[in-house]
Amino acid sequence: MPSYEDYGNHTPVFPQPVDRENAKLPIPEEVRLKLFRVQQEIRQFEKRAYDMFLQGLVKGTSHLSLGQEAIAAGFGVAMRKDDWTFATYRGHAHTLARGVPMTPVMAEFLGRENGLMGGKGGSMHLTSVEHGVMGSYAIIGAHLCVANGAAWTSQFNDTGQVAVAFFGDGTTNIGAFHEAVNFAAVWNLPTVFVCENNLYMEYTSIADVSPVPNPGADRAAAYGLPSIIVDGNDADAVYMVAAEALDKARTGGGPSIIEAQTYRHHGHSRADPGKYRPKEEVEAWNERDPLPMYHRRLLEIGFGEDRLTAVVQETASSVDEATEGAKNGALPNLESIYTDVWDDGGSQWRN
Amino acid sequence: MAELTYRAAVSMGLAQELAHDPNVVFLGEDVAGAGGVFKTTGGLLKEFGPKRVRDAPISEQAILGAAMGAAMTGLRPIAEIMFSDFLAVCWDMVANEIAKTRYMTDGQTSLPLVIRTANGAGSRFGAQHSQSVENWAMMIPGLKVVAPSTAIDTIGLLAAAVRDPDPVIFFEHKSCYPMKFDVPTGGGDIVDELGTAKIVRQGSDVTIVALAFMVHKALGAAERLAEHGIDAEVIDVRSLVPLDTKTILDSVAKTSRMFTVEENPRLCGWGAEVVSIVAEDAFWDLDAPVVRITTPHVPLPAADSLEDATIPSVDRVFDTIMKAVQQ
Repeated sequence: MPSYEDYGNHTPVFPQPVDRENAKLPIPEEVRLKLFRVQQEIRQFEKRAYDMFLQGLVKGTSHLSLGQEAIAAGFGVAMRKDDWTFATYRGHAHTLARGVPMTPVMAEFLGRENGLMGGKGGSMHLTSVEHGVMGSYAIIGAHLCVANGAAWTSQFNDTGQVAVAFFGDGTTNIGAFHEAVNFAAVWNLPTVFVCENNLYMEYTSIADVSPVPNPGADRAAAYGLPSIIVDGNDADAVYMVAAEALDKARTGGGPSIIEAQTYRHHGHSRADPGKYRPKEEVEAWNERDPLPMYHRRLLEIGFGEDRLTAVVQETASSVDEATEGAKNGALPNLESIYTDVWDDGGSQWRN
Repeated sequence: MAELTYRAAVSMGLAQELAHDPNVVFLGEDVAGAGGVFKTTGGLLKEFGPKRVRDAPISEQAILGAAMGAAMTGLRPIAEIMFSDFLAVCWDMVANEIAKTRYMTDGQTSLPLVIRTANGAGSRFGAQHSQSVENWAMMIPGLKVVAPSTAIDTIGLLAAAVRDPDPVIFFEHKSCYPMKFDVPTGGGDIVDELGTAKIVRQGSDVTIVALAFMVHKALGAAERLAEHGIDAEVIDVRSLVPLDTKTILDSVAKTSRMFTVEENPRLCGWGAEVVSIVAEDAFWDLDAPVVRITTPHVPLPAADSLEDATIPSVDRVFDTIMKAVQQ
């Protein structure tokens, strides 16, 4: 047991250096540009969401993926249009990465009628069924089980669709994680489990609450699955791993569990300044920010700066537009409180 | 007419729905190869094959999660949770995920799924395998809750539940499984309607409102009351959500007396809601206070003598009503 003085102190975990060889990965140019764009969209959108929080416009809570964009982007770009995404409360990134427009997402944060769920879900439950975003689930673990159900439908109808469930390192310690991975393995379901290991379960170092160094990958063997670790701050690396796992699932090869190592720039949620993290660790990971790295890589590969700048500027305009669209949204009609409990659109429980 | 056990009615109901709709799938622990620990699912694997009738590991969250995700993407799953007590280990799936998702997504998705589970006392299994937990489910917005008392209702309400576009928890009563009932044969699928109570004994002096196995206790008590000149009307609630309050209120308007017979423990039992509705909507119809006959507010004991004395019996229902009407 650590003393009170030492409690919570831990050895900093530093990022691996960028694998410069990844620049040579056989990824088509338009895919790389898409990866760049999606990362920009998530980054700029979430920074704006954070600003709007500070202005008191966004109510409730917020869980940002700043620093973790490469994972959502890598998978989002690799996924087929009819694949399914299941995210956690930290799901803004995964939602945008499937092509959900920014305005309804921002409007949902502001509790407006034009929000993605009309203000009835909030930031932790982003869902857009028409984009294959089958929900963001705010009690971690459950959605891994739900993703299996979608995967079951795909297997049943032989459509080749894949269900992808994103979750953090903390989720690997809840029972539903183990039930879901075991179930998927036993039923040979096309589910891809993506553990975004940002080193902290909420406010606590994952190392303090897990007996294995790699909370996702080291658990895979228990379910007969290979151990897969990827640099979660390198969109190219994520894209390649994603494509392989998706293809395996699509062709009857069953589930995968992938641990993507990353770091969040902010604390767990809006209430958390993240002071429990060693300064030198934060600095080292800030140096490994996935966006500037990817920008440098695309320049190195031969993309012109003007092309990348255009994407950055277009994204900034989209974020401005979404901000205005959200701010101008009406407050929800109070009648909506009573709608859509049931499939008939209503909430009646007695005659 | 054919004589059918409630147990056989469960498998007949399941077979009817699997045959009716190719998107109906069924999963649970020991349901396929073993035919169910209560022998309610025998023959389904052979008839419908392992693609549609699937054994699952002891993973209640994974089972209900699979049902939910499948329902969101086009299948109509039926999931078995072996004992209703086990719902507690997957209550997040039930109360937070399945019940709320349609509402939270502003109606983007529907969840046409059924959770079947064996509920109730009578088997001397003790407090973790014998509870009546229908009131747990009743209090969650977004769930429909059904509990049949007869073979024909089991088939018909199961069909209604499977064909319903919303999630339904279907409580089968363990003590009903061996009971035999007359069921009409021929004439196609048996399909009932959710949200409909049934008057199972007409009467004019008192109304007894009961659910599942307690319906049979209430009917037993009604026969004895009749010997004492008290003509009891017995209502089988059948569906807690939606709740057929009209049938209950109409009966109370006629008899002016109401008793509930509930197997759930006292506090927040389903009868408390029924009583509250009667108090609000039919207070001036009543001649005397309503009386709830329930399991006391204790976990259920295992020994046969203790269990029998804990859950409402024909004697207790009879005695309670006699005492009340003689006051």
